[in-house]
Amino acid sequence: MATLVKGADPSTAPDAVVVRGVTKRFPGVVANHDVDITIRRGTVHALIGENGAGKSTLMKILYGVQRADEGSITVNQTDANFSSPTDAIKAGIGMVFQHFMLADNLTVLENVVLGAEGRHGIGDKARAEIRRLSDAYGFNLDPDQLVEQLGVGQRQRVEILKVLYRGAEIIILDEPTAVLVPQEVDALFDNLRGLRESGHTILFISHKLDEVLAIADDITVMRRGTTVGEAKPGTVTKHQLAEMMVGSELPSPETEESTVTTQVLLDVADLTLVDDRGRHLLKDIDLTIHKGEVLGIAGVEGNGQAELVESVMGMRKATGKVTLADRNLAGRDTRERREAGIGFIPEDRHRHGLLLDATLWENRVLGHQTRSPSSKGMLIDQRAARADTDRIIAAFDVRTPSRETHARALSGGNQQKLIVGREMSGDPVLLIAAHPTRGVDVGAQAAIWDHIKTARRNGLAVLLISADLDELIGLSDRITVILRGELVGEFDPRTVTPQQLGAAMTGGRDEQAGEETQ
Amino acid sequence: MNIMKKVGIALVAPVAALLAAMAITSAVIIAVGGPPVDFWRVMLSWPEADEIVNITNQASMLYLSGLAAAIGFRMNLFNIGVEGQYRVASYVGAIVAGTAIGPGLFTAGLAIVAAMVTGAVWAAIPALLKVTRGVSEVISTIMLNAIAGFLVGYLLLNYGQEIGNDRRTTPLEADTTFTGWTPFEPADGAIWTLTILAVLAGAAFWFVINRTRFGFDLRATGMNESAAVASGVNVKRMVVISMALSGAVAGLVWLPELFHESRTASFYSGSQFQTGLGFAGIAVALLGRNQPVGIAFGAVLFAFLSVQAGDLEFEHVDVSKDIVLVAQGVIVLTIVIAYEVVSRWRERLEQRQIQRALQRPGTPEEAVAS
Repeated sequence: MATLVKGADPSTAPDAVVVRGVTKRFPGVVANHDVDITIRRGTVHALIGENGAGKSTLMKILYGVQRADEGSITVNQTDANFSSPTDAIKAGIGMVFQHFMLADNLTVLENVVLGAEGRHGIGDKARAEIRRLSDAYGFNLDPDQLVEQLGVGQRQRVEILKVLYRGAEIIILDEPTAVLVPQEVDALFDNLRGLRESGHTILFISHKLDEVLAIADDITVMRRGTTVGEAKPGTVTKHQLAEMMVGSELPSPETEESTVTTQVLLDVADLTLVDDRGRHLLKDIDLTIHKGEVLGIAGVEGNGQAELVESVMGMRKATGKVTLADRNLAGRDTRERREAGIGFIPEDRHRHGLLLDATLWENRVLGHQTRSPSSKGMLIDQRAARADTDRIIAAFDVRTPSRETHARALSGGNQQKLIVGREMSGDPVLLIAAHPTRGVDVGAQAAIWDHIKTARRNGLAVLLISADLDELIGLSDRITVILRGELVGEFDPRTVTPQQLGAAMTGGRDEQAGEETQ
Repeated sequence: MNIMKKVGIALVAPVAALLAAMAITSAVIIAVGGPPVDFWRVMLSWPEADEIVNITNQASMLYLSGLAAAIGFRMNLFNIGVEGQYRVASYVGAIVAGTAIGPGLFTAGLAIVAAMVTGAVWAAIPALLKVTRGVSEVISTIMLNAIAGFLVGYLLLNYGQEIGNDRRTTPLEADTTFTGWTPFEPADGAIWTLTILAVLAGAAFWFVINRTRFGFDLRATGMNESAAVASGVNVKRMVVISMALSGAVAGLVWLPELFHESRTASFYSGSQFQTGLGFAGIAVALLGRNQPVGIAFGAVLFAFLSVQAGDLEFEHVDVSKDIVLVAQGVIVLTIVIAYEVVSRWRERLEQRQIQRALQRPGTPEEAVAS
């Protein structure tokens, strides 16, 4: 670490990382395009953006897990198109993943030297080096303690120690505060300041605006795969950042005249979900959706959106009442709820929506196993399922050579169109759409928006969850905001401004509160 | 993809894997100073009539064992406990068959049902532990294998008939056994009647897995558990049912041998019972990619190799016949690797085909626009 300059003056030091015009494509999706970032040496640089904005792809490119298709990356003024993390580590880049990669039954020392035995051996020399690093940055770690005895904050410090031990000068932290309680966050920030003092450069990835404003020297905002702006903490407000993150252009998916009726289709009352440790994931959620109405749920990721959806679907056992078209769904399992007429476009299509190694027609059957045309009695009706898959492929413009193609081979947008088509089959009453256009190309996005509008016109109730304010404002008849598992405000999409939503989403009581509609 | 190409792709992996396995096994033989050429000459010679009968009988039991393992594997359940399940089930089946409580056929039917139920119950134990307590089925089934061995040994010791140093269950009445089918000279032996169980179980497996709602749920759970949950599958129930089914099929494994009419008598005893079929079934299921037809090939191949190994001594080939175990192990490894390589290659091929198919009519790469 001889190259480190103690307390380097960021204004004169050369830039640590310069990213120019980086583009990364996956089949059918552009994960990153025209990404430009300049990270000054000896600073904490925050990279913010909603999930799916392309932060993790960029991170993987910087750390050598994936290669960019276009563009240039320079680290310490040398060209750095890494082909593996080993190259990145050699160049002085270290990464701390959100999910810790530690062996519980090994000591701190053993975890740190694992894979880096060549640096200081595995004995007393290594122990001394770990002590030195731990003391230098106030990590307060005992090299001989078992990792299983450590708390979350300490484990994270072990992870940081691991990258320091490997000689990293540039440290990437992926959502480091996601797993920490507030006191631990403060301790982490103290550690980060210590690292900055000693000349390290830190890339801090997050979507928590308060924290970013508290720690960062520079902020870069990503949205839909590209960098959309830069800011300094002193001169930008939380609202402005939120706006940059979720977009504030005029809503493109404009809804036509209201089709809302007075007939309540979904009635959720006192829905409460508590986790193993007794914390409220959802608290007394009350909401109703009428026939022909789209209810949008806005909120910063991780405030209970996924839990709300899974509770309504019966995938999680929450307390409270869920009534669908005057039918009480309490105690009903997921299959019964689907049979009662819930269509579900999941947030993560690969995890919850598809069998990637099955054919398209088999994916058509998924979720409809007990209903025509997928099955007849106890048997799968292959002929009818295949025929209906052809219908979906045609009606929803799924670009595929045939219904026998494996779902894995399709692009994200076409996979999503198949899911939308499937979930709109069988006369649903309620459509739950969680981030329906996440990670799909613009063509598919427009098509999916059209289908949701059609569904609304046909009298469906739609529960729409999205991190994209354009989408929410453009499609919803009403928007309510979820914050820490509670619904905290309702807005009229025709009059609401992104600023108002941003304030409500971040619990922004420091600035003017969101204006509630009557 | 046209049919010829499909068949070609399907054959590339096993053929390449078998050739690689032969090469590796030969290298092992050379390393221990044996004659690889003589070894393969004996192993690959056409089997004698009695050997063909033997191969068929062994293959039927391996096939049932492979099917039992495959039911779990299709759902990502690692039922390593077929060994214990068929041991307990065979013992109970032999006891029921030996009671002669009704006409021969009735007794046999009852014994088959008893064996299946016993296997199912034995397999349901790890399933219940898994869904209620989160115990890994790998650990609990392995431990239940040991328990099964001790339990049957204990019961035989206390309640079995004494014959020499061994204990046995009451032998089956003559009318409870089946004569089998003698395709060659009587001296060459008979193909056991209940090898038909393997055929029936295979057909039922294919139908249930590919044609029924239950089979769909099972495959969906195996391919993507969280998606299956979101689609309305009750995974806990599926775990219990499919483990029980796996155990029920495991209960059939040794029955073809038990019910065949022999010169002495048919019974369960420490020396009469054939162990190891459950573990071999895991390899057979892997070889057959958990598909009914594939498992049949795997079972025949394993039975063929085991039976042919008996000739090594007669032909004075200076190689231990245990080298066949090495060959079997190597085959499993090469097949698994070859299939993985081929399936990745096929995946890429499919993706390229799609791109080509979609680029022809109009918009080539709408995605780039964003």
